[in-house]
Amino acid sequence: MNIPENLFYTKDHEYVKVENGVGIIGITDYAQGELGDIIYVDITGEAGSDVNQHDSVGSIEAVKTVSEVFTPVSGKIIGVNSGINDNASVLNSDPYGEGWIVKIELSNTEELNGLLDAKAYKELVGA
Amino acid sequence: MKKTAFLDLHKKYGAKIVEFAGYEMPVQYEGIIAEHKAVRESVGVFDVSHMGEVEVHGKDAFAYVQKLTTNDVSVLSKGKIQYSSMCYKDGGMVDDLLVYHCGDYYLLVINAANVDKDFKWMQENVFGDVVLKNISDNISQLAIQGPNSQKTLQKLTDTDLSKIEYYNFEFGKMVGIDAIISHTGYTGEKVCFEIYIDSDVAKSEKLWNAIFEAGAEFNIKPIGLGARDTLRLEYAFRLYGNDMDEKTNPLEAGLAWITKLDKGDFNGRDAILKCKEEGLKRKLIGFIVDDKMVARHGQDVYSGDKKIGFVASGAPSPMLGKNIGTASVETAFAKTGNEIEIDVRGKRLKAKIVKTPFLS
Repeated sequence: MNIPENLFYTKDHEYVKVENGVGIIGITDYAQGELGDIIYVDITGEAGSDVNQHDSVGSIEAVKTVSEVFTPVSGKIIGVNSGINDNASVLNSDPYGEGWIVKIELSNTEELNGLLDAKAYKELVGA
Repeated sequence: MKKTAFLDLHKKYGAKIVEFAGYEMPVQYEGIIAEHKAVRESVGVFDVSHMGEVEVHGKDAFAYVQKLTTNDVSVLSKGKIQYSSMCYKDGGMVDDLLVYHCGDYYLLVINAANVDKDFKWMQENVFGDVVLKNISDNISQLAIQGPNSQKTLQKLTDTDLSKIEYYNFEFGKMVGIDAIISHTGYTGEKVCFEIYIDSDVAKSEKLWNAIFEAGAEFNIKPIGLGARDTLRLEYAFRLYGNDMDEKTNPLEAGLAWITKLDKGDFNGRDAILKCKEEGLKRKLIGFIVDDKMVARHGQDVYSGDKKIGFVASGAPSPMLGKNIGTASVETAFAKTGNEIEIDVRGKRLKAKIVKTPFLS
C-alpha cells in the first residue's frame, strides 16, 4: 500500500498534498482499494468557491458503493479535476497523481497540524 | 465467524474478504468489473458454499414440499430442478429457493442469510412422515459459470455434461469426488454449473485446484460476491432482502411464474390469491438510469412530486455501460417506458422503466 511521506491524511482516507500554499486533495491508495472499481466521480465543489474543512466536495461512485469526499482543509477551490469524470479508474490506478480531485488555496495552514502524517495514517490503516 | 472450506484459497488468490451472512467470504479478487467480464466472456468460479441445503425425506416429502413452496412440485421427476419460493400464511416471502428432485427425497437450496429462519419455518410446518436434515454445514458448493464452463468441467468428470439440460442435475463424480452436478446458475449465463460436494477441506481444495488447472487455457478466474451481484442483476434475477422480503408476496416480486395458484393449497396461497383478485398494489420493475450516478437499494422513487416506491437493487451494468436497477413501485406507475425519478442523496436522477432482463 502506497502512503507517501510528504502528505497529510484524514481518518476518512482523504489526503492533501501542500505545495506553495495550495492543497491538492484526493483519496488515499487504501481508500481506492477498499472502494474497488471506481466508475464515476461527481465533483460538487466548484472552482472559485470557498469551502470549510470537512465540507463535502464530491462523491465517488464505485461498483459496490458510493463515498463522499470531505476536504481536509478550508480555503478557496482553485482547480477541479474535471478530466476524471470520464476516466474515473485513474483514482484506482493513480490516486496521488492523475486521480487528484480538487485544488484548494489554503486559508488556514494551522489545520494541517490536526491532520495525520504518513506514520499515523499507516497505523490507522494497519499497513 | 464461519468459514467455507475455500477460505485459505481465497486469501491465496488475493481476495478481499468481507463478512456475509455470518461467513468470511470473498467480495472481490482482481476487481468486480474484470471478474464480471470474465464470466460473460469465458469462465469464472464462485464459492457459494455459504448457501444452505436442507434434505426432505419421508413418505410425505412430496406433499410437504408441495405445501411449503409456491411452484408446482408435481411436474418434477428425478434429476429435475425448480426455482420456487416459500411464503408465510400472509403471503410474505420466507425465501426463494431451488428444489431438487433426488428420487426418494428432495433437496432444497436456500439463501445463506436465511438458513436459520428457513429451517425453523420448515420444521414448524412438518406434517406426516417427513424428516428434515439441515446439511448446510456439510456441503461445499462451487458455481462455474460462463461460455467455457462446460469445457472446463468436462475434463474432470465422466458424466456427459452436454446431456444435462438447463435446470437438470446428475449425481456423478468430479475428480473422483461424489458430486451433484447441476446445470444452474445465478449469472444468466446459459452454460452454467453448480457443483455440490462434501465440505471436507481436502476434497474441496482438490476440486477447486482441479477446476483452475482445467480452466487455465480459458483464463479461468475466481469471482467474488461483488460480481455475483452485478451479474445476476443484468438478468434481473431476484435477490432476497433486496427485491423481496417477508413484506412482499411473490406476485409483487414479479414471480407469478413460480406461483402456481391452481396447484392446490400451499402456504400463503389464500393471501396471495386475495391480493391478486384485489389487484396488485405494487410491482417490481426494471429501470435504466439516465445518469452516471448509481441508484442503490432503498432510495426513493418518484413520479413528479409523488413518491411511488423504492429502489430494490441497483448497480452499474458492466456489459451495458449503464446504471440499472429494479424498483418496487405502485402498479399504476409500473408501465414499461414510463419516466421515473430516483432520489440519490438529494439529487433527482431521471430513469426509465424497461423490460427485464436487461441483457438477453
